[in-house]
Amino acid sequence: MIPFNFEYYKPSSVQMAVELFQSLHKQGKKPMYYSGGTEIITWARANSIQPGSVIDLKFIPECNVIEMQKDKLVIGACVTLSVLSAANPFPLLTETAQGAADQTARNKITLGGNICGKIYYREAVLPLLLANSRMVIAGIQGIRETSIHNVFLQQLRLENGEFLVQILTDRGYLSLPFVHYKKRQIGNVGYPLVTVAAIKKDKQIHTAYSGVCSFPFRSLVMEQALNDSSIPLAARIEQAIGKLPAPLLDNAEGSASFRKFVLKQTMADAVQILERR
Amino acid sequence: MSSCDTTIYPVEFQVNGEKRTIRVRAADILLYTIRDKLGLTGSKSGCDNGDCGTCTILVDSLPMKSCLMLTVEADGKKITTIEGLMNSPVQHAFVQHQAFQCGYCTPGFIVNCQGLRNVHPHANEDTIRVWLESNICRCMSYEEIHNAVKDVFMKKEDGEAFSSRS
Repeated sequence: MIPFNFEYYKPSSVQMAVELFQSLHKQGKKPMYYSGGTEIITWARANSIQPGSVIDLKFIPECNVIEMQKDKLVIGACVTLSVLSAANPFPLLTETAQGAADQTARNKITLGGNICGKIYYREAVLPLLLANSRMVIAGIQGIRETSIHNVFLQQLRLENGEFLVQILTDRGYLSLPFVHYKKRQIGNVGYPLVTVAAIKKDKQIHTAYSGVCSFPFRSLVMEQALNDSSIPLAARIEQAIGKLPAPLLDNAEGSASFRKFVLKQTMADAVQILERR
Repeated sequence: MSSCDTTIYPVEFQVNGEKRTIRVRAADILLYTIRDKLGLTGSKSGCDNGDCGTCTILVDSLPMKSCLMLTVEADGKKITTIEGLMNSPVQHAFVQHQAFQCGYCTPGFIVNCQGLRNVHPHANEDTIRVWLESNICRCMSYEEIHNAVKDVFMKKEDGEAFSSRS
């Protein structure tokens, strides 16, 4: 059980949610936005977080869309991973989302919740980093749209009172050649040793990673090394790994040295397949 | 917008075909509401962390881990617990294949299988495998469970029908 009380609100519009947050914040009720809620429940049960109020965003229509608007795919932040996979508007995102947790959990976990989470892995963000998606964010100043690269730096960096409403992705990225590998220590469910998502665009390979460091990332300097066709693939991979943005993760899923070994193999597989396509 | 100044909220939902109205804390977890307030103890508490699946229930026909759902989120929903699947083809298949040992995980597996029937009435082998990965059996009855679930879908092909009470 959750060992403390909080208030629960379910606003039906973006503006109501934002205003409610401000009001609750001013009253000292420590509001927290809530979508699928799996991580909030898990942390609250352990008494690691103590929100005084939660604002459930699932009743806001804009947060539940999956649709093409002109040349952009629009996905609401409260769309669950299983609904997203069933609709399959972005095959790389579908494949990545299907690697998170398990089928039943994906009926509850939302795309926005996965991206905004605190756990290391947050794999659903990888295709969005590769596709240079744009994030629609609501706050007291109104709604703003910005590149994912401006706000996702190790984690989604939102101002106090802001929440993620939608993710926009250009149509041109939806059907590019891609590969996705999720390597676990054992079995088909669970956290990754290494997850690599990669696309090929204009003869260049772009890669994003989860499980490698303590946050998901895409690194342009690693991509430059991987695309340097003047040197053999093994040397390119060595150079890319030398440019990791943080130390390799070393935890119960796998040691840093084992992760490095798996990462090298997985990068080689990804590059070899995409270079042929 | 519905809101309230206190932390106690009314929740009205349909549980195994029966309309129920209760008052809960916003922080109450659906699994414990079902077990402790409604007396439906078939849904089990395992990991309490969304990992094991023994608390699985159907919410509007979809499997959900009730340990990862607030009771207030179930307002207006149709809930089916293992008690609502009495005499279902899935239950019969589990008995026929002895798809259990200690039985603690069995409610979750049966409910999940019913959810699979709801969403994919003609599920293939791959889909069955992916869905069954949501549940853990510590006694390692996976072979028998898999056979029971396959049997359910083969029989469904033969025209057997069952409507869960939701």
